[in-house]
Amino acid sequence: MIAAVLQRLVQMAFVMFGISVLVFLIFFATPGADPAARLAGRNASPETVQQIRHEFGFDRPLPVQYAIMMKKLFITQDLTSFVNRGEKVVPEILAAAPATLSLVAGAALLWVLGGLFVGVISAATRGSWLDRSLMILALIGISMPVFWLASMANLVTQSAYHDSWAFSWVPELGYTPLTKNPLRWFQGLVIPWLTLATLYVGIYGRVLRANLIETLQEDYIRTARAKGLSETRVLLRHGLRTSLAAFVTMFGLDFGSLVGGAALLTEVLFGINGVGRLTYIALGNLDLPMILASVMYASFFVVGANAVVDILYAVIDPRVRKE
Amino acid sequence: MVDTFSETLSEQAAADIAAEVISRPGRGPWATAFRRLRRDRAAMVALGVLVLILVACALAPLYAHLAGTDPFRPNLDGSITLNGQSVDVMQPSTTGLGLGVTPIGPTWTLHYLLGADSQGRDVAARLLYGGQTSLFIAGMATVICLVLATLVGVVAGFFGGWVDTVLSRILDVLWAFPIYLLAISLSIVLLNTTLHIGPIALTSDSLALPIAIVGVIYIPYVARPIRGQVLTLRHSEFVLAAVGLGIPAWRILWRDILPNVTTTLIVFVPILMALNIVTESALSFLAIGVQPPNASWGTIIGDGEALLYTRPMVALAPGLAIVLTVLALNVLGDGVRDALDPRTKIR
Amino acid sequence: MPAPLLDVSGLRVSFAADGGRSTAIQDVSFNVGAGEVLSIVGESGSGKTLSLLSVLGLIDRRTTFVEGRALFNGRDLFTLPPRELRRIRGAGIALISQDPMTALTPVFTIGDQIAEQILAHEKVSRRAARARAVDLLREVGIPSPEEAVRRFPHQLSGGMRQRAVIAMALSCNPALLIADEPTTALDVTVQAQVLDLLRRLRRDHGSSIVLITHDMGVVAEMADRVMVMYAGRVVEGGTVREIFEDPWHPYSWGLMNSIPPVRGAKPARLVSIPGTPPTPQDIPPGCAFAPRCRLRRPACAAPPPRQEAGGHQALCLIEAAERPGLRAGLWTAEGTAA
Repeated sequence: MIAAVLQRLVQMAFVMFGISVLVFLIFFATPGADPAARLAGRNASPETVQQIRHEFGFDRPLPVQYAIMMKKLFITQDLTSFVNRGEKVVPEILAAAPATLSLVAGAALLWVLGGLFVGVISAATRGSWLDRSLMILALIGISMPVFWLASMANLVTQSAYHDSWAFSWVPELGYTPLTKNPLRWFQGLVIPWLTLATLYVGIYGRVLRANLIETLQEDYIRTARAKGLSETRVLLRHGLRTSLAAFVTMFGLDFGSLVGGAALLTEVLFGINGVGRLTYIALGNLDLPMILASVMYASFFVVGANAVVDILYAVIDPRVRKE
Repeated sequence: MVDTFSETLSEQAAADIAAEVISRPGRGPWATAFRRLRRDRAAMVALGVLVLILVACALAPLYAHLAGTDPFRPNLDGSITLNGQSVDVMQPSTTGLGLGVTPIGPTWTLHYLLGADSQGRDVAARLLYGGQTSLFIAGMATVICLVLATLVGVVAGFFGGWVDTVLSRILDVLWAFPIYLLAISLSIVLLNTTLHIGPIALTSDSLALPIAIVGVIYIPYVARPIRGQVLTLRHSEFVLAAVGLGIPAWRILWRDILPNVTTTLIVFVPILMALNIVTESALSFLAIGVQPPNASWGTIIGDGEALLYTRPMVALAPGLAIVLTVLALNVLGDGVRDALDPRTKIR
Repeated sequence: MPAPLLDVSGLRVSFAADGGRSTAIQDVSFNVGAGEVLSIVGESGSGKTLSLLSVLGLIDRRTTFVEGRALFNGRDLFTLPPRELRRIRGAGIALISQDPMTALTPVFTIGDQIAEQILAHEKVSRRAARARAVDLLREVGIPSPEEAVRRFPHQLSGGMRQRAVIAMALSCNPALLIADEPTTALDVTVQAQVLDLLRRLRRDHGSSIVLITHDMGVVAEMADRVMVMYAGRVVEGGTVREIFEDPWHPYSWGLMNSIPPVRGAKPARLVSIPGTPPTPQDIPPGCAFAPRCRLRRPACAAPPPRQEAGGHQALCLIEAAERPGLRAGLWTAEGTAA
């Protein structure tokens, strides 16, 4: 067990290294432009560019450049934005994290519950009209671009029906920290949560349904029925428990990547000052240090989340534990 | 006597299908799959919807001609005749302080059918032209992704050894990379440069850039299953026999491996198209995908964001177009998968 | 004669297929008395397992249609409400599946799974159920049962797993055990142990057993009565002595010829029945076995008559007087062919 955890951690370190190299190469080794000029942003003076070139070692070999960059990102954490003069990007990202976490955690709770509900009900009633309608709804959920759904949600709750009884409680766009006003925090996040969860309820519901139906063909399900257990118990205890594998794996990936910035579009459209919105603003004024830092931290978070899920996974499935 | 006995219902049904395939001479598995797909009513409706969307987008110039509008040029001072009266495309604002102008809303006539955007351009015309762009990018990206993923997957799976190790590790890293962040990183770097690949120069306003980005990011998604499949095939008896007979590798690849992988690739086509359309629209919405003067459904939604509360149609229409197209692709994708993969027939 | 424990009559099972329905089980009737071992034999796909699963209602009702009557202690299992049927499953009739590797849920311990069944049927404490699980494991011969209850299925060998499955089946003292090829997936030495175990259970608990198998050796060793199935039909039935000493149906002759004789001269080679059994769609309208039967006649195109004498019955038109000659002829034909 301990050996397996260690092995997974080593693998995680390897992937993190790979990603950091990949990001570094994308940003600083793609042909066509001077990396120092890229870092400096638009309208930078030649002196600034020259200074950056020296500071980041762009006049030295690539491995050295990589090492300097990693040091600035993770050890000294003093990478500064050149667009917003002197602003240290790493603390800024950390400060934005609670908003992102609030958004993603709430949405994750909703989509896990929703996905379980849709998947289990559909699998249990497969072939019925209920199953069919749930699957059509799930497909529609999957087919809606999240930024468009967010726009439409805003249109309905902020403008078209904002004055009706249904949505008059929805506060203006923006994020209120939980510590400042818990009620406002909750009210402000309900619509973003629902919006972000819609896509994932669809995906998880469909995947769970397929896995459950496959599991229900297994011999041990027949054994469980032959034991005289109720259909509900067979489905939930014996079927669901063994079908959760894909569900859990996917959850690790999705939760990680959303916290890491994939919720960018949702954050932007609902005005939530999270990591994704930082990246978005940086995109607008070509603030490369900010983008670099957020991409790097985000992907590390994703990889870390995956490793945690894999380890948790061993707890769910005793078969994995053995290896 | 046969000494293994297994009589689960699913095997029974699988045997039925096998018997069905065998008992009709002249009908290969492809014909069977095609027949099954044709009987799938949902998939056929989806296919019909897709054909309609394609035709509509192809007819974009016709609409622009009939409506007499240029979807790529601002028309801030224009006016149209509506019910015998001349109406400005950009009307004085009635909200707020009465400053600025509001574009005309949907007229439901040939002129400005869905209204105008903030530049006074005909939204309906832009929708159709934007559809051309969106579908073209998604289609090209699908082709690129399938070709590269097959190449990587087949090489890794067939040759194994260190080639496989290296390729698999690279795929692992790409896989762990959040797709949107990968796309954003690539776009931000490539948008401001002219990329020279041999004689081809990619400038930021070329569609090649979003095609390349969208085409690359889903490679691990396809390459990993392909690799797994090729690995299984590589160790199957017929390939081992072929290798033993001294048949050259390229012939085994061409005759035995590729045809078997094709099924998987076909299953991926609609799914990838759907993913690509959504991804491209998101990038374009963030202004790091399709660049002006080109338009795609994503850029039009982006344009409509500023007009969301006054002229929601600008954002609504392209969004609905995406939902409809992607939904149809997903339904078709389910149908294709069910038709090609007999196991899924048992419900 | 007392009413049998399980009395199945006119069982018919059909599937929804592409072109209408296809019938997999046709007109199957049998009964099992108290303390009796009935063996059902036949090739793969002959419908042995499917008939019994249908009786227990363990088939997918959406795609499978079951007709007929199955009386267990006088109550028709096909018309019982689901709740009542569940009470019989596991407590009245228990199932031992063919493959112990897949019969247990991989994510729960052996003890959990046995206790779960006890708790489903009896009002006992969790602790008592657990203690009984240990006793049961000991009874089926698992060494250190206190250890084994905490094991997950994948941590046990195939033979141990099958014992655990049997222990679970026994947990509520069922009146009837349905053992679906309980030894097929096991090593030969373990096979013998498991058969021993079943025999002991019958002696000690007086359970009736329906033993589904394709192994005529197992049949000879275990069964009181035998039912031979082919293509979803009962082609012959009788006591074990009747079937082994005087089989009536050409298919049974084929089955007998596929076991090596214990005494006398060994044949040059063991004879097999040519061809494979039909799928439900391909079953001919007349005698289902006709296409593979060497003694086929034009009259076989019509449904064959059911011949009966005492408890012995067969679905074939060959008359009693013809049998010895035809069977001997089959032997020599085979012998010369070899």
